[in-house]
Amino acid sequence: MSGPEVVFTLLGVVAVGSAILVVTTRNLVHAALWLVVSFGALAGGYLVLTAEFVAWVQVLIYVGAVVVLLLFGIMLTRAPIGESTDLDSGNRWAAAAVAVATAAVLVTVMVMGFRDERMPLRDGGGSAEELGAAVFRTWVLPFEVLSVLLLASLIGAIVLSRSDIRARPESEARQGTRPDEEGGG
Amino acid sequence: MSARPACRMTGVPMLEVVVKLALVAAAFALLPLLIGQAEHKVMAHMQGRLGPMYAGGFHGWAQLVADGVKFAQKEDVVPRDADQWVFKLAPGVALVPYLLVLLVIPIGPGGQVALDLGPGIFFALAVMGVGVIGAIMAGWASANKYSLLGGMRVAAQLMSYELPMVFAASSVAMAAGTLSLQGVVEEWRWWWLPWQAVGAVVFFVAGLAELRRPPFDMPVADSEIIFGPYTEYGGLRFALFLLAEYAGIVVLCGLTAVLFLGGWKGPFLDTELGWLWTMLKVGALAFCVIWLRVSYPRMREDQLQKLAWAWLVPLSLAQLALTGVLKVVL
Repeated sequence: MSGPEVVFTLLGVVAVGSAILVVTTRNLVHAALWLVVSFGALAGGYLVLTAEFVAWVQVLIYVGAVVVLLLFGIMLTRAPIGESTDLDSGNRWAAAAVAVATAAVLVTVMVMGFRDERMPLRDGGGSAEELGAAVFRTWVLPFEVLSVLLLASLIGAIVLSRSDIRARPESEARQGTRPDEEGGG
Repeated sequence: MSARPACRMTGVPMLEVVVKLALVAAAFALLPLLIGQAEHKVMAHMQGRLGPMYAGGFHGWAQLVADGVKFAQKEDVVPRDADQWVFKLAPGVALVPYLLVLLVIPIGPGGQVALDLGPGIFFALAVMGVGVIGAIMAGWASANKYSLLGGMRVAAQLMSYELPMVFAASSVAMAAGTLSLQGVVEEWRWWWLPWQAVGAVVFFVAGLAELRRPPFDMPVADSEIIFGPYTEYGGLRFALFLLAEYAGIVVLCGLTAVLFLGGWKGPFLDTELGWLWTMLKVGALAFCVIWLRVSYPRMREDQLQKLAWAWLVPLSLAQLALTGVLKVVL
């Protein structure tokens, strides 16, 4: 194995190991912090594969925003110091089976699709310029479809979080008047 | 625009790398202390006081050295109920990211930077976000209600202000057509000052909020939650958190100078005196940071959130639109 391959394997071990710790630790906040390690190792893996833009976006979005959001949620609700005993779900064997099956499908697809084939790594092959050109030329339609999906979930989040938007009662909906116009809601 | 090489460190003589790393380490050790001392004196004079006058003899120049010695002598206390590992790790997580960001900030033309990263802007923003996790860890691990409240406020603040900060930085990246910090300065022209003015203000204000500097120091509001996430810390670990705050000021001022104020470009001798122009701009911005601390009262939590979502996010989006329109027209 060459140098980059060794580093990549080690990063993979760290990512998988810390991901297992995320779901097995009995300490809620430790789980979130192990998630940081797992995401960091993943970003390192991207770096080894010369996808440096994706690597830093991974750190910016997942470590900098998603984990902070998770920690904020934990702190807002209970933030227990020490172990929690009620973290185990009765579904855990079913969940493990689903996880192993998903992994098996993905690994099979990769092995059947690529066998021994190797992609030569080009320096700068994952730079922002190349990525931008690929996304906005070749893959522009899937990109736009994804952004519509994101827009839909954004609007959904706004509707769910605003308490002053209510479903209209049926009689009023038929007359076409909005409840908050008459009732001062 | 031709694709820039991803990383220019390959092929650079070993000695040059070592010298650059030593210089970055020296800057990391020295600049925060300089800003801290300047804060003591500038604040004092703005408030009609003298500030430290005794330590070191001349206008109290050695005050922070004395403070450092004091911190190092203190007992290393970890609360009984605290989460030992996370509590001890937090100051490091808060401090190290700023050291990493200093590596990619160019101070002069022609490779006067420790590490010329292709997506340098994204690297800087991503790593600065990691530093905030240190404060959140400290807030939780201390097993103290005031610390926890502070940690929550840190997290809420980061989530609101990260977005306008990234938008404002993207606006410059769009204008320059590159994500490299070196490349941005090379493309910079004087008329970018009015063009990117809104973005510059948004970036600087959001950066101040991310560093939790007054008037955005709700997470450490000493009159209501003692000292927020740092309440249980003392001695060297507390000093590391303080150092992280001032290193953060250096990093924020450096990034603002490089992205919005033209970095090493000055009135004359850009190549020879580039580093001087950069340092002058960083110094002027750091003075503004101190000035703002003295001038404005602390913002309430709802005012903080309102400023971020109702002002900074729309303003940064407007700046992005303006940049895009001008970029297409020109």
